[in-house]
Order: sequence, then structure tokens, then C-alpha cells
Amino acid sequence: MEQLRHQYGTRTALDGISLSVRTGEIFGILGPNGGGKTTLFRILSTLLQPSAGQVRVFGLSLLKQREAVRKRLGVVFQHPSLDPQLTVMENLIHQGHLYGLSGAGLRRRAGEMLNEMGVADRAGERVHTLSGGLQRRVELAKGLLHRPDLLLLDEPSTGLDPGARRDFSALLRRLCDRGGVTIALTTHFMEEAERCDRVAFLDQGRIEALGTPDELKAHIPGDVVVVESNDLASLAEKIRARFGVEPTRMDGSLRFERARGHELVREIAETFPGEVLSASFARPTLEDVFLHFTGHRFWSPAAEDAASGENN
Amino acid sequence: MNFVLPVWTLWKREIVRFLRQRSRVVSVLTQPLVFWILLGAGLHGSFRPPGAAQTATYFQYLYPGIMALVLLFTAIFATISIVEDRRAGFLQGVLVAPVPRSLIVLGQALGGASLALIQGTVFLVLAPLIGIPLGPITILATLGAMLLVAFQMTGLGLIIAWRMESTQGFHAIMNLILMPLWLLSGALFPSAGASSWLGWVMSVNPVTYAMVVLRHCLYLDTPGVVADLPPLAPALLVTVLFCIATLGAATLTACRARS
Repeated sequence: MEQLRHQYGTRTALDGISLSVRTGEIFGILGPNGGGKTTLFRILSTLLQPSAGQVRVFGLSLLKQREAVRKRLGVVFQHPSLDPQLTVMENLIHQGHLYGLSGAGLRRRAGEMLNEMGVADRAGERVHTLSGGLQRRVELAKGLLHRPDLLLLDEPSTGLDPGARRDFSALLRRLCDRGGVTIALTTHFMEEAERCDRVAFLDQGRIEALGTPDELKAHIPGDVVVVESNDLASLAEKIRARFGVEPTRMDGSLRFERARGHELVREIAETFPGEVLSASFARPTLEDVFLHFTGHRFWSPAAEDAASGENN
Repeated sequence: MNFVLPVWTLWKREIVRFLRQRSRVVSVLTQPLVFWILLGAGLHGSFRPPGAAQTATYFQYLYPGIMALVLLFTAIFATISIVEDRRAGFLQGVLVAPVPRSLIVLGQALGGASLALIQGTVFLVLAPLIGIPLGPITILATLGAMLLVAFQMTGLGLIIAWRMESTQGFHAIMNLILMPLWLLSGALFPSAGASSWLGWVMSVNPVTYAMVVLRHCLYLDTPGVVADLPPLAPALLVTVLFCIATLGAATLTACRARS
């Protein structure tokens, strides 16, 4: 996609997005709610016309060749798109008919997909009797029914417990490894992003960084040191004077990036014994990288406000 | 075939959903019945419709009107489910499928109209009870007329449903637009006795013509009643045109709708 922009009234949701997803990879779009993920997803799934810009899917223009693109897209929405009054199988048959599949071939394919998702034994049950995790699997079966080349998932692990989330990621990885399907997903879970081949940080309508999780982490050369104290202001000042680093204050702690973090932690603990409640260091996580690029924490209050604006 | 399949599956889903919600089946049938009995019983002694045949009782006059109400209610309930589909997320899945919006609307309209027709048919069975004989021709003609009216009402409902975010909004519109359309269609009282401005409103209300068509078809075996009605042909023409217009407008609305 090139220079993709979208505005709701005067509010800019996407501010010139350009990126390309490679065939056969799992591409993650990571960002806080309100960062533009849902808008981007709605444009990619053909539900929303962007204000400006170009998107090509397998060489087809998303904006001009909608029908052709739709045939090759599988879409799994954040909100369930299953009919709870229908059985699992009826939902899949309905989906198949919309995509031009029918008859015995469709039944066989639906059975296969349910098998693969591990929900074949629930085929005859109404969807509303299934747990959230199982419904997600049926959603995935539904999205994959017509053998799409590109699978789009919007926040696939929302509402899943951590165990189900890991299972779901493993399922996606299997689909991808077997070949034939490219996966693009949006997420605000760091662990989910860690399991993608490549990740783009989307914040306030812009791509702030893009790369494999390891490449992204390499932007922070050393360790991340976090110090907690009762008097952050004076401690920050002292650390700045003593070690020449610029700590960031955040949720009752000071954090800064520094090579050989373990040595620094020891020195800080020894130098300011009365003022330090705790001091630790760690290899940077994606969350640290996100902070590094955007200058704000993932769940800042501002992002939360924006989120409630976008979701309605 | 590729274009029959999505329409068929959308239609079938509406029917299956309806049959699985018992309360919907019961309420749509009993409500008009209660209306008919209460209104009919309350008014027939004090009210003799001026335009109606001398032999007709108010029960008989009101009967086709209540039939139109049955069709209206069922069609409206069916289209409300589209608002629910949108809120629940089901509609999104349909909208990203490679199916033109016009076919989606057609499937929904067929679904809603079929449900209305089923309900109307159940109500039709009561006709002999109030002395409206049902010959085979009457039945066929009435079914045809009901189908037309059902499509109109579904079309109207769809135009509204595709713009609505919530079912509450839908109820407001229904009370503001759809109920008056029915009230001022000659279903409850004939235009002959109404004040002149009301008579004028009734004459531009397309549902008035649908009522004329319904009455003509229903009274095929009871010639005395039809004599007082406006002629069938122009009313039928207006009804067919209005049917096409509502479905066309519903399609346009769906194509423009922000999903």
C-alpha cells in the first residue's frame, strides 16, 4: 500500500501509510487502540474507502477491482460474525454459498476445516452454545473456507485467555508454514506480535517502525534499566548527574536504555541505597522498542481516550 | 448459478432464524388478531364505513386492513433483524464476500417477503369465519396481492434498516412513518368519510392502492362488496410501481451505506 490516508471528518486516522506484506509471511500490525489499526483493517477488508492512497493485493487494485480482491481475501473480524442462531455447520454452508461454493464439495471442505480447527465434534450445535475460544476457531474456519490467498485478522486474540491465545497463534503458524496463505493481523498484544514474522508499529496513524521482532529490538543496543523510588524527581536528577543518562519517568519508575545494564543496576543500588526501592534490567522487549519509537507507553491515557473515539 | 446461490442462502437464513424464534412467530400472529377482534368488536356497533357496501360489517371491512398490518409487522420484524445483524457483526462477513449489494438486498427482501406471506396465509384461513368465501381463484389472487404488499413493506423496511445503527431508532421511524402509512391507507376507515385534507393524503399514500388491490382480490367471490371500490387496474399499476421503487431505493441505500 502506498500513501494511504484516511480521515473521519477532521480527525486523521491514517496519515500516509506505505508498507508491503510479503507472500507467505505472518505480518503483524501492532499499536494501541485508537492508533489506526481498525481503520486500516476496514480498508484492507474492502469495507471502507480510504480518503487517499493506493492498495494493491496480488497485483489487483483494492479500490477498483473489489470483487476480484474479495474472492482472494479471507476476513476474520474482531467482533464475531457468526450467526448464533445457526449451527456451526450452517454458518459455514452459508459462508460457502456466498463465495460460490456448493453441494457435496462445500460440505466436505467445511468438514475438513472444522476438523483442522478441532471443532468438528461441535458441527451440529448452535454457535451460541460454544465458548469464545471455540467460536474464534469457527470464525477462522469460516474465513479459510474458500481457500483465500490472504487472510486478514482483526485482533484475533481479543477475548481469549492466554492459553487459547497461544493455541490460536500456533494454529496460524501451522497454516502459514503449510504454504499458500499469507496472514496479516492487527494486535495490541506484545506476545502475539513477537510471534509474527514481521511487525509494523502503528501509532497515531503512522508507521513508526517496521521489521522482524529481532530487528526491532536491535534498535535498542543495550539493556533496559528500570528503577523504582519514592522520590523520582531527585533520583532522576542524581542519576543524570552521576551516569550521564536521561531517564524517562513512567508509572512511578525511571527507565533508561544502557549497555551492560547489570553493572549499572549494581552501581545505582550501591550509590543511592536509601532512595531505591528496586532496580532491575532486562533485554528489551517489543514494548520497550515501541516506547523507544513513539516516546509514549502503550497504554497511555491519551491512547485510551482515542480508542473510545474510534471504536464507535 | 453463481448469482442464485447467495440470494438463496440469505433467504434461507431468514426463514431458519424466524422459525427458531418461537416468540416471533407467536407475537406476529397474535398481535393483529387481537387488534382485529378488539377494534372490530369495539367499533362495529357505532361505526358504519360510509364507502363500504351496506351488507358489510365492520369486522369484514377491517379484515383486509388487518391483513395488511400482518404483512407490515412481519416485514418490519424481518428487516429489524438486519439492524441486529449489523450490530452483532454478522453483516460484515456478508459485506466482504464477493457478492454485489443488490443481491444481498434481494436475498433480504425475498426472506422478509416470504415470512410476511407465510403469516398472511395463516391469517387468510380465518376469512371464511366472517363470511368471506375462499374459492381457489380468490386464494391465488389474494396470495399474489399479499406478495406484492409484502415486497413493498420489506422494501420500505430495508430502506430504513440500512441507515439505522440501532433498533431503537428503527422503532421510532416505524411509529412515525410506517404506522401512519397503514392508518391512512383505508385499512381502518375509508377516505370517503375523512376530512378533505386527510382524503388527499390518503390518495397520495401508495399503501392506499395496495389496500384496494387486496380488497379486490379478497372479494372476488363476494361481488357485492367490490362495486364500491375504485377500479383494480390503476391500483395494481401503482402497487407494482411502488414495489419496484422501494426495492430499487433499498438497493441504492445499501450501495451507499457505510458498513
